[in-house]
Amino acid sequence: MSNTNSKSTKASDFNRRKFLATSAKAGCVMGLVGLGLTATATQSSQRDPFAIRPPGALDEEDFLSSCVRCGLCVEACPYDTLKLARWFEGAATGTPFFTAREIPCEMCDDIPCVKVCPSGALDHSLEDIDDSKMGIAVLIDEKNCLNFKGLRCDVCYRVCPLIDNAITLERQRNHKSGHHAMFLPTVNSDTCTGCGKCERACVTEEAVIKVLPAKVALGRSAAHDTYENTEKTTLEMLNKGLSI
Amino acid sequence: MSKNIANSQTKSDKFAQAAVDELGWWGAHKFLILRRLSQLLVLALFAIGPWFGLWFFKGNLSSSELLGVIPLTDPLVTMQVLLTGHWPEVTLLIGAAIIIAFYAVVGGRTFCSWVCPVNIITDCASWIRRKLKLPRTSEMPRNLRYYLLALVLILPILTGFTVWEWANPVPIVYRAILFSAGSGLWILAAIFLLDLLVVERAWCSHLCPTGAMFSLIGKTSPIKVSAVNAEACDNCMDCFTVCPERQVLKPVLKKGSTQPMIMDSDCTLCGRCIDVCAPRVFQYKNRFQQRDLNRIALKAENNQ
Repeated sequence: MSNTNSKSTKASDFNRRKFLATSAKAGCVMGLVGLGLTATATQSSQRDPFAIRPPGALDEEDFLSSCVRCGLCVEACPYDTLKLARWFEGAATGTPFFTAREIPCEMCDDIPCVKVCPSGALDHSLEDIDDSKMGIAVLIDEKNCLNFKGLRCDVCYRVCPLIDNAITLERQRNHKSGHHAMFLPTVNSDTCTGCGKCERACVTEEAVIKVLPAKVALGRSAAHDTYENTEKTTLEMLNKGLSI
Repeated sequence: MSKNIANSQTKSDKFAQAAVDELGWWGAHKFLILRRLSQLLVLALFAIGPWFGLWFFKGNLSSSELLGVIPLTDPLVTMQVLLTGHWPEVTLLIGAAIIIAFYAVVGGRTFCSWVCPVNIITDCASWIRRKLKLPRTSEMPRNLRYYLLALVLILPILTGFTVWEWANPVPIVYRAILFSAGSGLWILAAIFLLDLLVVERAWCSHLCPTGAMFSLIGKTSPIKVSAVNAEACDNCMDCFTVCPERQVLKPVLKKGSTQPMIMDSDCTLCGRCIDVCAPRVFQYKNRFQQRDLNRIALKAENNQ
């Protein structure tokens, strides 16, 4: 009886040791695999910060934590605007994005891509497509812009779905000729949705106006620059360095 | 006598020849063909949408909509999303619940053998291995997949990203075919070579965290493969050769076994053991059928 008892203890001892050894090994391997995966994932999320996401997309970080990469938005898009990213293509593998220069967003009133998103990576609280922020158009190369050369191209302004609101033509004296005007396309970053129609339509060989993710396109004022003296935000608070 | 030996040698040389002789070609490949058809049918039902505008399934295996109404979601990706701290739309959770319920009934790993496209590739690697008689040179523990599953679920907590979805090979085939995003196929090529040259059935039976999750989901499933005719087994080992999870066969074929059902949820219910067995040892069975027949077996099952 005692014999069998000690035998079983030995066996279980051996099993425990084996179990611990296997667990330790597997733990190490998984640690390495995890590091590798995380490195690839973070790197490829930073490699191309210029991916333009569908309307209603959360901030890039939240987007990457919530998007399940199912492609329902891609299939819902009636204009074949959206694509799922491939490996090495920039945006995180399998996540939806679009290239404005190829097919811009047509800004459907019923926003089918957002409605169909099961994960909430595209925010369902977006009801008016005009409120979407896929990116911000930036007139990035004034030197090659025809309007900056004093011509009346105006194409980006004409195709803008929010004409005279998201893009305006600002009149300025043309110092080159001395007696002409220049009409400078000017993007209002508050209202631009980033649909990309201006980038698509730009007549130059490489677009001089490009849609960039808001994170890249926008600066941010320091808190004290936009400070307003109210009861809630007193000057003392500000001096103590409390954020508003 | 010598003729007998020669006979038995030719018999063991040619894999599953006895089954083909006994059951006919169709009988010895029935579930293999049905499984391939099922895998391709599911893929086709997804593909006719983007190809021909006939929408049966929208989306892919990560998340989809059946006939535009019923949401279906991979529970693994849902768990990852939840662990990043993001609260998804309810449809995602309902979809995951439907999938969990479905596979809890039909058997968790039926996903692996009847739906998953990676299975076609790894089965192919294993078939080539058998044809070329490649030796089994290296082994790795089969529970690695549970460690990988744990890793896949821990990484979102640590990083806030659904990290695994960068590399997850299961949706890659679908993305390649439905969304012409084929550049991830190198991962599948890597898996094919790993299975072919390094460890037999390395991916599906040792590593895949999706399989590990479905194995856990299938623990309670009533549908099992049962060695109903175990006493007829002639130890030809064909089932062991073809089984992707051969460890599940041992307990039921062991001499004096009281439990004919393969209770191990690692069994993919692929039915290849049923196919290749000339003496018809195996059958699909409902585990509640045996309750009245064999109370001892039930006791054994509860002890597991």
